[in-house]
Amino acid sequence: MRSTAASGATSIDATLNLEALEHDVVVAGGGNAALVAALTAREEGASVLLLEGSPMAWRGGNSQHTRNMRCMHEAPQGVLTGAYPEREYWEDLARVTGGDTDEHLARMAIRGSSSVRDWMMRYGIRFQHALGGTLHLSRTNAFFLGGGKALVNAYYRAAAHAGVRIAYESQVEDLEMEGGRVRALVVRHGGALKRVRARAFVAAAGGFESNREWLREAWGEVADNFVVRGTRFNQGEVLRALLAKGAQPVADPKQGHMVAVDARSPAYDGGIVTRVDCVSLGIVVNREGERFYDEGEDFWPKRYAIWGRLVASQPGQVAYSIIDSKALGRFMPPVFPGEAADSIAALAGKLGLDAPGLERTVARFNAATRPGRFDHAVLDDCRTEGLEPVKSHWARPLDTPPYYGFALCPGVTFTYLGVKVDERARVLAAGGGAFANLWAAGEIMAGNILGRGYLAGIGMTIGTVFGRIAGMHAAQGARAAA
Amino acid sequence: MTPIEALVEAARGDTERLHADTGRMMGICNSCRYCEGYCAVFQSMERRVAFDAPALDYLANLCHHCGACLYACQYAPPHEFGVDIPRSLARVRLATYETYAWPRAFGALYRRQGTFTGILLALALAAFLMAAARLAGPDGLFVAKAPAYSFYAIFPHGLMAALFGAAFGFALVAMTVSAVRFRRALGQGALAPLPAAVSAARLANLEGGGEGCYVRSGFEHPPTSRRRTMHHFTFYGFALCFASTVLATFEHYALGLKAPYPLTSAVVLLGTVGGAALIVGTSHLLVLRRQRDPRLSDPAQATLDTTFLWMLLLVSATGILLMVLRDTAALGVALAVHLGFVMAFFLAMPYGKFMHGIYRYLALARHERERREPNPYGFSEG
Repeated sequence: MRSTAASGATSIDATLNLEALEHDVVVAGGGNAALVAALTAREEGASVLLLEGSPMAWRGGNSQHTRNMRCMHEAPQGVLTGAYPEREYWEDLARVTGGDTDEHLARMAIRGSSSVRDWMMRYGIRFQHALGGTLHLSRTNAFFLGGGKALVNAYYRAAAHAGVRIAYESQVEDLEMEGGRVRALVVRHGGALKRVRARAFVAAAGGFESNREWLREAWGEVADNFVVRGTRFNQGEVLRALLAKGAQPVADPKQGHMVAVDARSPAYDGGIVTRVDCVSLGIVVNREGERFYDEGEDFWPKRYAIWGRLVASQPGQVAYSIIDSKALGRFMPPVFPGEAADSIAALAGKLGLDAPGLERTVARFNAATRPGRFDHAVLDDCRTEGLEPVKSHWARPLDTPPYYGFALCPGVTFTYLGVKVDERARVLAAGGGAFANLWAAGEIMAGNILGRGYLAGIGMTIGTVFGRIAGMHAAQGARAAA
Repeated sequence: MTPIEALVEAARGDTERLHADTGRMMGICNSCRYCEGYCAVFQSMERRVAFDAPALDYLANLCHHCGACLYACQYAPPHEFGVDIPRSLARVRLATYETYAWPRAFGALYRRQGTFTGILLALALAAFLMAAARLAGPDGLFVAKAPAYSFYAIFPHGLMAALFGAAFGFALVAMTVSAVRFRRALGQGALAPLPAAVSAARLANLEGGGEGCYVRSGFEHPPTSRRRTMHHFTFYGFALCFASTVLATFEHYALGLKAPYPLTSAVVLLGTVGGAALIVGTSHLLVLRRQRDPRLSDPAQATLDTTFLWMLLLVSATGILLMVLRDTAALGVALAVHLGFVMAFFLAMPYGKFMHGIYRYLALARHERERREPNPYGFSEG
């Protein structure tokens, strides 16, 4: 692929001798949490080295694909409307995780989110109001002007300006331990393994979602049909090394964020655009041409994150969203045009489905729809009767050609398996106690708070708040060790 | 097919490919929308689902080329989607200049800007110097006209008014026809001239959503307000010079006050301040252009931009020089040189970078109106 070739050799700094240097704090990772930890440690007076595994062109991990951060606030604050008090934030989190969360750490993240935006703005992060398509988040989430890549750029500029040393294409592969202390990191850099020393270490290198073998280990063969929505560089090496050295794991390897995306999506970095937003306007069938779940259960923004798992449980991990012309213009434009045909049978042919089977499914669905007042902005009364599974809302017969079909496959956003941390973001050992000079922030420890389920924008909240905590304590730890 | 027809056909093919590829990118942008806070381009994009040639011409001319959306883009190269909005819209802009030029064949001049302006300038300078030498009479061009200097002693007022009236009149007609053609391409929708004027006067869309505009690579350097500030110097400098000319015309015909005007007169002050601002603005813009991240620019338009900036700079510099030398024996030469530059500038206006202001203003006028109307594609969130 031209992408990797084009970005390969340019971002290694030939003057940088990683083995000769000794920093107070070394941060493994290059996304939001890593950058926040590096900047915070620098504020505390520490010398800081940041090891980003990717080339410069792909820096920022999954943060480059993010868009907003969920923030607690008691009253309208900057771009945030209304109020989103701690109690409501916590209740939302407790609900989506089904209690699979550490309340103490969760409340720290929630409270931290109420004041951290000023700190972010000092480093050039800018916020904007939620606009079309995301209005339901205008109260709870602060949007980054230009999105996550603009945020990542601002942090990298600020880090360079503040004197943080940045090494690209520096993939941490192992940790050298002595007692409960990390002595050095083993880093692949410029084609060779380098030993990087420091007084304190922050692990902020993301989950393992880009690692095909690991996904297969967790999910079985079905994982071969997943696409990775984010970076190709979250191979989970740091996570694996930490677990191998006795860090206490948190969350299930099968837990994560997975949505249904267009089956034509690139294998990595498809990001936001590959989602298909017309599910609630039509029907979704599997490879056999059968419906398998209520497409109109709730508003799409509240349901889109369950469809990845739903599709993953279907044969071949594939499904087809089918709409008619009445749906056009009612959903965010898809990045790839759908297959179009003037009859259901012809559409089935184009999608590679059995035509009589799909015609039967559509006919049964159409016959089961009950007249109602269609309104996509509310939970309307257009529903099916006597059909299994039911479609609870927005059920209108598919009767207006041309018909459109989109093949869907599961898209992994991120994984929750991580390392257990304490309130100072220190990595805890499976055998009890904490590692003396090892802290963690971001996705690698988000599973402490988000063991299951998802709340839009909470990943950036955890990364930012615990990046601050880890950076501060790592700098203080380095000072004490000096 | 004749060779010329073949060339025209090839150019049309290029434009079609350009529109197709830019439309493909806009489709990706419209699914993403992370850049919607930056500028009018993305806000107008969200009111559309199809990006045909007229829609792209409109969006391209809304773009003020701040560069923010390239650095913020998760789909920019090396991503396989290859989304490259600043440069692609710049290319579309050039295609619109060519398409809407009048006469149409003169659209080709945009890509030959150096040669075109160079020839115009050489001809104009030669003509004015020779005319000045001839009109100066047997005493020669370098004899100071006693007792008082006078432009009109060298070039009679009637002659100047006729020549420049004709040149400016032609430019005005050509620019108006182009503007009308572009206006038609914008569709049936109404315009909002006043809010567009405010937006243009502030260069609101060069602010990158409030953070500024990129000169050097945004991966390493923060946005700045320098391009916007220097464009203000250039634009308002030009406006002051224009005001000076209008005022002089008014004083001449309505009040019977004849040039030269005293150094403390409004005409001279407006012209001097305007000329100085133009020199500051254009020279800085030339420097900023050289510093600019090459990822943002269309190399095919380098001379289009620099020629315009150099012409504005030299028109101002020769104007100020003329004011300085007007009591000396060099008056005749200085006047001829300045008039040569002004004449070439006028004639080049409809086929050079000056047109960006007209198309952009019209695009803004449509945008400002459009954003006050309900979005036909305001997607419900269900």
